[in-house]
Amino acid sequence: MSNHLLSLLIWLPVVGAVPVLLAGAGRPGLARWISLLVAVATFAASLALLPAYDAATGTLQLGESLSWIPSLGINYSLAVDGISVALIILTTFVQILVIVGAWEIIQNKPHQYMAAMLVLEGLMIGVFCATDALLFYVFFEAMLIPMFILIGIWGGPRRVYATLKFFIYTFFGSIFMLIGLIYLYHKTGGSFAIADMANVHLTLTEQAWLFFAFLLGFAIKVPMVPVHTWLPDAHVEAPTGGSVVLAAVMLKIGGYGFLRFSLPITPDASHEFAWLVIVLSLIAVCYIGYIALVQQDMKKLVAYSSIAHMGFVTLGIFIAFLLVRDSNNPDAARLGMQGAMVQMISHGFISGAMFTCIGVLYDRMHTRQIKDYGGVINVMPVFAPFYVLFAMANSGLPGTSGFVGEFMVILASFSANPWIALFGAFTLIIGAAYTLWMVKRVLWGDIKNKHVAELKDVNGREIFVLSAFAAGVLVLGIWPEPLVHLMDASVARLVEQLAITKV
Amino acid sequence: MSLSLSILLTIALAPLVGSILAGLFGKVIGRAGAHTATILGVAIACGLSFYVLYQLVWGGAQNFNQDVYTWFEIGRFHASVGFMVDRLTAMMMVVVTFVSLLVHLYTIGYMADDPGYQRFFSYISLFTFSMLMLVMSNNFMQLFFGWEAVGLVSYLLIGFWYKRPTAIFANLKAFLVNRVGDFGFLLGISAILYFLGTLDYQTAFNHAPELVGKTLQITQNHAWDAATVIGVLLFIGAMGKSAQVPLHVWLPDSMEGPTPISALIHAATMVTAGIFMVARMSPLFELTDAALSFILVIGSTTALFTGLIGIVQNDIKRVIAYSTLSQLGYMTVALGVSAYSGAVFHLMTHAFFKALLFLGAGSVIIGMHHEQDMRYMGGLRKYMPVTWITMWIGSLALAGTPFFAGFYSKDAIIEAVGESHRWGAGYAYFCVLAGVFVTSLYSFRLLYMTFHGKERFTVAHGHAHAAHAKHDQPHGHDPHGESHDEDHADTHKEDTHHTPGVLEHAPHESPWVVTVPLVLLAIPSIVIGFLTVGPMLFGDWFGKAIHVNEANNVLGELAHEFHGALAMGLHGFTAAPFWLAFAGFAVATYVYLFNPSVADKAKHALKPVYEVLNHKYWIDELYFAVFAKGGVKLGEGLSKVGDAAIIDGAIVNGSASLVQRIAGGARRLQSGFLFHYAFAMILGLILLLGGYWLIGQ
Repeated sequence: MSNHLLSLLIWLPVVGAVPVLLAGAGRPGLARWISLLVAVATFAASLALLPAYDAATGTLQLGESLSWIPSLGINYSLAVDGISVALIILTTFVQILVIVGAWEIIQNKPHQYMAAMLVLEGLMIGVFCATDALLFYVFFEAMLIPMFILIGIWGGPRRVYATLKFFIYTFFGSIFMLIGLIYLYHKTGGSFAIADMANVHLTLTEQAWLFFAFLLGFAIKVPMVPVHTWLPDAHVEAPTGGSVVLAAVMLKIGGYGFLRFSLPITPDASHEFAWLVIVLSLIAVCYIGYIALVQQDMKKLVAYSSIAHMGFVTLGIFIAFLLVRDSNNPDAARLGMQGAMVQMISHGFISGAMFTCIGVLYDRMHTRQIKDYGGVINVMPVFAPFYVLFAMANSGLPGTSGFVGEFMVILASFSANPWIALFGAFTLIIGAAYTLWMVKRVLWGDIKNKHVAELKDVNGREIFVLSAFAAGVLVLGIWPEPLVHLMDASVARLVEQLAITKV
Repeated sequence: MSLSLSILLTIALAPLVGSILAGLFGKVIGRAGAHTATILGVAIACGLSFYVLYQLVWGGAQNFNQDVYTWFEIGRFHASVGFMVDRLTAMMMVVVTFVSLLVHLYTIGYMADDPGYQRFFSYISLFTFSMLMLVMSNNFMQLFFGWEAVGLVSYLLIGFWYKRPTAIFANLKAFLVNRVGDFGFLLGISAILYFLGTLDYQTAFNHAPELVGKTLQITQNHAWDAATVIGVLLFIGAMGKSAQVPLHVWLPDSMEGPTPISALIHAATMVTAGIFMVARMSPLFELTDAALSFILVIGSTTALFTGLIGIVQNDIKRVIAYSTLSQLGYMTVALGVSAYSGAVFHLMTHAFFKALLFLGAGSVIIGMHHEQDMRYMGGLRKYMPVTWITMWIGSLALAGTPFFAGFYSKDAIIEAVGESHRWGAGYAYFCVLAGVFVTSLYSFRLLYMTFHGKERFTVAHGHAHAAHAKHDQPHGHDPHGESHDEDHADTHKEDTHHTPGVLEHAPHESPWVVTVPLVLLAIPSIVIGFLTVGPMLFGDWFGKAIHVNEANNVLGELAHEFHGALAMGLHGFTAAPFWLAFAGFAVATYVYLFNPSVADKAKHALKPVYEVLNHKYWIDELYFAVFAKGGVKLGEGLSKVGDAAIIDGAIVNGSASLVQRIAGGARRLQSGFLFHYAFAMILGLILLLGGYWLIGQ
C-alpha cells in the first residue's frame, strides 16, 4: 500500500469522479456526498505522507516507476520530497473546502462540477509527484481541461473570453517548455527523467535558451508580470470554487516548476538571469500593488493581490542564486527559498479564504463591485471577523501565515542586496493599503443600501469553510516551524545544487 | 530565587484568555461575564508583574532570558518566541498592566450603554496581551509581532464605532502611517540579521561592537556606516509607533476611538513602544552618533511644534492628544542625547499623568452628556469635584511643577540636553525649553476653559426631565457615537444631535468606577517621581538593561549634582524651566480666567500664526493630496497604460488581432477563382526555376 501511496493519491480523486458523474443530475445530493467522501479520503491519504516521508534527508522518496511508452523512454515515475508533500497536503485540504463551499451554491449540473473538481485535484497532485518530465508535462497540460470546463460552464458572463485567454496564454507558455524538454531528451540520449536532465552538461547558451523556455512556461502560470493579465479575467469569470483552486493551488505549480526544472537543469543561466526574475518580482510587488489599489471589483483586487504576493515566491527562489554564488551565504539562500515555499502554502490559505469570502458576499448580492457594499459588518457580525482576519493576513500581519514567508524573503533579500529588500518591503505599505481600503469600503461604515440591509449572516456550512481556512492561516502564522522542518532538508539540497556550476 | 517561565507565561496569556472569552463567547457569558473575565485576566497579569518587579529589585532574582518555542530554524538562522525580563521589562510590564487594569475598570462605567461592550473588553485585553508580548520579547521577530499586533488592536479600536465615517477614516490612516514606520523597522531588523546573523537580542548585543567599521554598500562607490543604517531604520519604526514628526499625523485622528483607549493605547502604552524599543536597543544605538543626532532633531521638532498646535485646539481630547505628541517628543529627545533612562523614566511618569488626563477628559465628556468642545464648557468644578481636582493634579504634573512626577522626568531631560554636546543639541535645548512654556499654556488653558470661569452651556429643562434619573447613569458613548442597535440610537437622538452648548440635563460627577481610577492614577502622578528619581535616573537601577558609553553619559554627569529628590525639587524653583512654566501659567490665567476677550483679540492680531497652527501646518492636506490621492491616480494611470493598453491592448489582444489579420489576408488568397490559382502556380514555377537557375550560376 505505502509503496503505491502516490498513485493512490493521484487516481483516487480521478476514479472517484466516475461515481459522482454516474449519480447524475437527478441525484445531486448523492453526487455531493460521494465527492465529499472522495475528497476526505484523499485528504486522509495525503496525511499518510507525513509519517511515510522522512523529512530528515530531504531526498525524493516513496518513488514508483512503470515503463509507460518504452519506445520513447517515457516512464510513469513518481516521487516526492518535502516541498511536494507540503503542496499535496495543501491541495487535498483546499479541495475539501471547495467541495463543501460549493455544496448548495452550484445548482447547475452539480455532479459534473464536483467531478471536474475531483479530476482537477488528481491531476494537480500528479504534477507535484511526477519525476518524469513528460509525465509532468502531461499532468501540467491536462490540468487545464477541467479548469477550462469549470470556468466555461459555471463562469460569469464573459467566461468565453476569459477561458480562451486563460487557455491560450498558458498553452502558449507550455509549448516552449515542451520544446525545451524535447531538446533535453536528445541531450540525455533518450530519457525524460528530470534527474537525468539535471545531470546533463549544457553550455551557457544552451542553458539560456532552455531557461527562457521554462521561464515562459512557468512565469505565465505563477503569473509574473508582464504575462499576468489572464489571471484577473479568469478569476472574475470563474465560479468561487474555481477561483479558490486556481489561486490556492494552480498558481503554485508555476513556482514549483521553477524549483523542479529551472534550478537543477539550468543553474548557470538561472544565475545569469536571476536579476531579470528579481526585477520582475519586485515590479509585481510594487506596480501590481498600485493596480490592485484602484480595482473596483473585489475579485479583481484579490487577483492582483495574488500576483503581488506570488512575487515573493519568485523573489525568494531567485535571490538564492545571488546569495549562494555572489555572497557565499547559503544559509540566507535557504532562508529566502524557505520563505518562498512558506509563502506558497500561506498564499494557498489566504487567497482561498479571500475568494471564499467574496463568494459568500456574491452569493447573496450577485455583485462583486466594491461600491455596491458598505456596512456589511452591521448585518453579518459573524462573517466580519473572518473577513478582517483574512484581510490582515493578506496585509502580512505577524501572527498570520501571510507574514512568515514575506518576512523570511525580505530578511534574506537584504543580505543579497538592500535595495531588493527595500522594494520588497514596500508590500507592507501598499499591501495594507489596497486590502484595508477594500475592508473599509465593504465592511465598515453605515449600511449602504437596502440590499446590504437584507444580507443574511453566514450559515454553518460557510462558517466551517471559513474556520478551516482561519485555522490554517493562524497555525502557520503562530508556529511555522513544523512546515519549515518538513521542507528544510529538501530546500537545503536544492540550495546545494545551485552552487554547482554545469559549464 | 529566579523567575520562572510559568509565571511569565501566565502574565502574557491571562489577558489573552480573557480576550478570547469575551470576544468569542461574549454572547454566552454576557456583559458581566465579559468584564469579569477580562478584568480577572489583566488583574492576574498585573499582580504577577508587580511580583516580578519585586523579585528583580528586592528579591535578588536574576534576569530572565529563555526561549519558549522555536518559530523557525533554517541553517544558522533561528527565530523563536521567548521572554527577556530585566528591570526595564519589569517596569514596562507594571506600567502596562496597571494602567490597563484601571482602564478596564473605568470602561465598565464609560461603555455601560454601548452595544459593543463585550467586543470592547475583548479588544483591550487583546491589546494588553500584544503589548506584553512586545515588551517581554527576547528577539526581534517577536518584537515585530507585538509591534504589529498592537497596531492591529489600535486599528480595531479607533474604528470601534465603525458607523462613523471619521472613525473608519482615522483607523485606516493610523494603520497605514504606522506601516510606513514598520517598513523602516522591518528593514532595520533585516539589517541586523545581515550584519549580526541573529534575531536574538542578547546575541545581537554581544556582537554589537563588531558593527564598528562595517559598512553597507549602497551604490558602487558609496557606503553607509552599518550601525547608523540600523539605528536610523529601527528609529523609523519608532517614529511611526511613537508618532514623531513627520509620521505623527495619525495620533490626533485616533481620538475617534472611545476615550478609555485614548488613555491606554494612545497615551500611556502603545505609543511609547518606540521609546521603549530604542532604550532596549541602547547597545546598538550607542554605536552611532549620526543616528542619535537624527533622533534628537526629530524628537525636539516634535516636542515643540506639535505642542504649539495644542494651544489652538478646542476639542478637549485633541488638546491632550497634541500634548501626548509633544511629550513623546521629549522622550525622543532624551533618547537622542543618550539619556535612555531619562526617556524611560519620563515614559513611566507620563503614563500615569497622561492616562489620568485622558480618563479625566472622558469623565468630563460623560458629565457633559457627550460634549467634547471646551467652548461649551466652563465652571464644571462645581459639578464634578473629583474630576476637577484629579485633572488639576495631572496638569500640574504635566506642566512640570516641582515635586510632581512630571517635574523630575522632564527637568532631567532638559538638563541632560543642556549637558549634551551631540550635533543638534543646541536646537533641541531651545525646543525643549520653549516647549515647557507651551505645555504649561495649553494645560492651564484646558483647565480654565473646562472647569473654571462662566458656564458656557445652558441646561434645557424640558420634556426629558422625567427621564433624568435614568440619564444620571453615565452614557456609554462619545458625542457622535451612535449606539449600534437602532432603537437605542433613537432614544438618544436628542443627546447625539443636540444644539451646541445646550444640555439636556445638568452636568454631573461620574460614578465610582470612573472616579476611582482617576484617584488611583492621581497618586502616582504626584509621588512616583519623588520616590523613584534617585535610583532610576541617577542610580544604576536599570543595570545592564540600558547601555550608555562613558563619553555620552550625560545623566552620569548630572548625577554628581544630584542630592536627593527633595533638593532637586527645591532647586527646581530657581531654574529656567520652572519660570517658563510659570509664565505659561500666568498667561493662561490672565487670558482664560480673567480676561477671555484677550484670546479673541490675540487670534485676530496673530491671524497668520493662528491659521498655520489651526491647520496643523497643512501636513494632513499635503499627505492626503500626495499619498492618498496621488497613489490612486498613479494606480489608475498604471492600470490604464500598463495593463490595459500595453500588455492586454498591444500584446495579448494585439497578437490575437494580428493572427486575425494574417488569416484575413490568407483568406483573400483563396478567392475561389480558377485563374487566380493558375496565376499563382505559374508565379511559383517561375520563382522555383529561377531559384535553381540562380543557385546553378
